Amino acid sequence: MDWLLTPLQYPFMVRGMLAAVIVGVVCAVLGTYVVLRGMAFFGDALAHAVLPGVAVGYLIGGGARGPVFWWAMFTALLSAFGIGAVSRSARLKEDTAIGIIFAGMFAFGVALISMVRNYTADLTHFLFGDVLGVSNSDLVLTAAFGLLILLVILAFYKEFLVVSFDPTLAATLRLPIRWLDYLLIALIAMSIVVSLQTVGVTLMVAMLITPAAAASLLTRKLSRMMLIAALIAVFSGITGLYLSYYLNLASGSAIVLTCTAVFAVTWGVTNLTRRSHSVRSAANL
Amino acid sequence: MNTLPRVTTETATPHRHPGHIPGEPILRVQHLGVAYEGGTALEDVSFELITGERMAVVGPNGAGKSTLFKVIAGLIKPGTGTVSVFGAEPSGHICISYLPQHNHVDWNFPATVSDVVMMGRTGKIGFLRWASAEDRRIVNHALPTVGLGAFSQRQISQLSGGQQQRMFIARALAQEADLMLMDEPATGLDTPSQEELFTVLDSLRGEKVTVMFALHDLKLAASNFDRVILLNHRLVGIGKPENVFTKEHLNAAYGDRIQVLEADHEIAMVDDTCCGEEE
Repeated sequence: MDWLLTPLQYPFMVRGMLAAVIVGVVCAVLGTYVVLRGMAFFGDALAHAVLPGVAVGYLIGGGARGPVFWWAMFTALLSAFGIGAVSRSARLKEDTAIGIIFAGMFAFGVALISMVRNYTADLTHFLFGDVLGVSNSDLVLTAAFGLLILLVILAFYKEFLVVSFDPTLAATLRLPIRWLDYLLIALIAMSIVVSLQTVGVTLMVAMLITPAAAASLLTRKLSRMMLIAALIAVFSGITGLYLSYYLNLASGSAIVLTCTAVFAVTWGVTNLTRRSHSVRSAANL
Repeated sequence: MNTLPRVTTETATPHRHPGHIPGEPILRVQHLGVAYEGGTALEDVSFELITGERMAVVGPNGAGKSTLFKVIAGLIKPGTGTVSVFGAEPSGHICISYLPQHNHVDWNFPATVSDVVMMGRTGKIGFLRWASAEDRRIVNHALPTVGLGAFSQRQISQLSGGQQQRMFIARALAQEADLMLMDEPATGLDTPSQEELFTVLDSLRGEKVTVMFALHDLKLAASNFDRVILLNHRLVGIGKPENVFTKEHLNAAYGDRIQVLEADHEIAMVDDTCCGEEE
């Protein structure tokens, strides 16, 4: 038991674990829609596009977390709606519009960082996460926005379900489709900013899609898929931090690798059982 | 409570939704025209529906059937002319259910049959509310009506083509739709599934549901519907099948795409180009 408790003696480990759990649950629940609607690339792109906001916030705030958070939020929302506007108006396919904005914004972020070399080490944390550097005030912001995201998903659960499953039905039921789509995009943008410190912009997409994808293999009910995804994310967040502690791994990558391992096991097991099922039903014919 | 004078004739509207103007027909289309970049989809189409009737819409591929359905569903605006449902624009109504020809639904979506039927209740339940016992009762009533009583907890990927279409009818019932628009739901179904579909639609007559149904098979249209519309951008004919499916009308609608043979009041169509996927 000692090996479980030892890391928890450090307040930064406890704060890190809380942050990982909150971020894990929020991203997993929201990620269910991302997976079902095929928005993985959008989520990944949006996470990368946040980088210049992070850089500007960092430069303006002189390293304080607050400005980074709010500038990242502003940039995420701006890029999210920018992608929407470009893909609608420019006669481009959506993934092309996403690619252009994502790469452009990311390059801008890297350019800003390169102008101030001494900040590079700190900004690396935003690229790959620094969950053990989470402060109490970070934790409060993370929890507040995490709760907000979950409440909005709960409030519009059935509308998001209809819009995701059958947009034509949503249209004949006169649901505000455009508005709901923007709301979902705004939620994704918020979840990215909330997760910045835990896994960083480059690994963010894994928190959104990997637990939800693993859950999608295990259930055929949306509410259950959200629950299972959240459990996988919590397990991965905690396990990842222990791995990070004992194996001296970067925390963000340890969490994401645990998620990936859970997905791989789930995929392997469900594939094997499905095969044996079909063999059995073939034998019955 | 019932102080409003209500029409109680055959054509009385079900009045299940607010915004219905009493005495107005369930659907009135007047001089409807819709133009696309490439040309004209619909031109000067006018007709009315009677509450509770079964109307078939037939015509060659690209005749504008899908466009007509989309305009009536309130998904595209008329270019010229007007479409009114119970006296008001379609886009204000939630009493219209529309089943598109190509339903790009993800059949692996994590939802049961009952979940999908409940989606029809979304508009009625309203924002920030959850399904009530009454909503569940309506869903549980709709499923056996379409013969899917035993399938409520079945994952939607496990349904056959015919069962999928009947699930959407159940969803329209849950929506309390007065007007069901079905764009070629019978295409691609085998004969027993088609028959089940028509049996279900017949059983809905008691509920005063009005059905508009696009199809290619003239024989099915003649034997399962009260009236038919023969469409080729313009309204070629409307009325009882035997009055509409005449040699002149069919030639006008299909042109040289078919050959109409007439003998002893029987009409046979040869080399129909129908039934392929329209895309």
